[in-house]
Amino acid sequence: MHELALTQAIVEAVLQRAEEAGGRRVARVVVEIGRLTAVLPAAVHFCFELCAEDTLLAGAALVIEQPPGTARCRSCGAQVAIEDLLSLCSCGSSDLAWLSGHELQIREMEMI
Amino acid sequence: MCATCGCDSVEHAHDHSHGHDHGHDHGHNHDHNHDHDHDHGHGHNHGHDDRPRTIIKLEQDVLLKNRLLAEQNRGWLAARDVAALNLMSSPGAGKTTLLERTLRDLGGEVRFAVIEGDQQTSRDAERIAAVGAPVIQINTGTGCHLDAGMVRDGLAALAPQPRSVVLIENVGNLVCPALFDLGERSRVVVFSVTEGEDKPLKYPHMFRASDVLILSKIDLLPYVPFDMEQAIGYARRVNPRLRIFAVSALRGDGLGAWYDWLRGQAAQGGRDGV
Repeated sequence: MHELALTQAIVEAVLQRAEEAGGRRVARVVVEIGRLTAVLPAAVHFCFELCAEDTLLAGAALVIEQPPGTARCRSCGAQVAIEDLLSLCSCGSSDLAWLSGHELQIREMEMI
Repeated sequence: MCATCGCDSVEHAHDHSHGHDHGHDHGHNHDHNHDHDHDHGHGHNHGHDDRPRTIIKLEQDVLLKNRLLAEQNRGWLAARDVAALNLMSSPGAGKTTLLERTLRDLGGEVRFAVIEGDQQTSRDAERIAAVGAPVIQINTGTGCHLDAGMVRDGLAALAPQPRSVVLIENVGNLVCPALFDLGERSRVVVFSVTEGEDKPLKYPHMFRASDVLILSKIDLLPYVPFDMEQAIGYARRVNPRLRIFAVSALRGDGLGAWYDWLRGQAAQGGRDGV
């Protein structure tokens, strides 16, 4: 359940900004969890409510964006869409350099 | 400071048009959980209520803190010319047995120190200490992986000798440890022939995140239905760059190549690259 550790990191980072802003309440947090990461958005939602409780983030909405996977094939140079870690290039190669889908970022927060 | 426009006022209201187009037009799917009952901002009330709202762009890596600590570990290790290896596997794949055998066979030639990660008990550390290597045990409690902060504390307590190799045995878990950089030089995944050929397909993140694959317990091949070629094919499908060693830590098969690779790691010390 690494989602708990990740969600704690999200809450800590946002909380730090909210405290720096004079202890303002946080209404919304937007994070990006790419489709190729080993992170389950539903588990992050679940952990977020627990981690946010009794903090400036209590009741805040969590928006999770999930960028799809794309990669450049190291064998033929093509740029391809990839569904998961078992996807292959149309040339049959599995030697893919990921371009997107591996994001794990806090994008923005909204304070009230 | 307001990170949206760079001004110094936190009270700056940003009461221009946001809230009317918040992000739903960029093609990513949102997994947006609505099963709680608070008012979360879809009411388009920005700019209409009395309190100013502020949007701060963070663009911050969720794992930033761990990554910074891992880089500190990397610097600490490089300064001492120490190579650290992160060994990962499911529980029972044979990591500790492989370490015991490696320390016995190669300990006279390469200086080793060991960090043992487990949820509970110091049983593995006791096994390593019995072979005569410096070792410390980290218990993660309910935690399912080691992180860079734990390893920083472990390294400080272990105080490895210059030009040694630190073997970090991660918590037995084929999922979570893949995400956490510890500051290691190389990542080694151990996969035993009793686990079934399709482990790399079922847990691809771990195999993709690793530099080296050790297929362990090959002395059991006559007794288990395990197609080695297929297992290697699956592993290479997930990660064509894997370096692969097939070994039996019990009988000694295949250990020579693994030891040669370890000698190379020791010679490279804390310098970059695999």
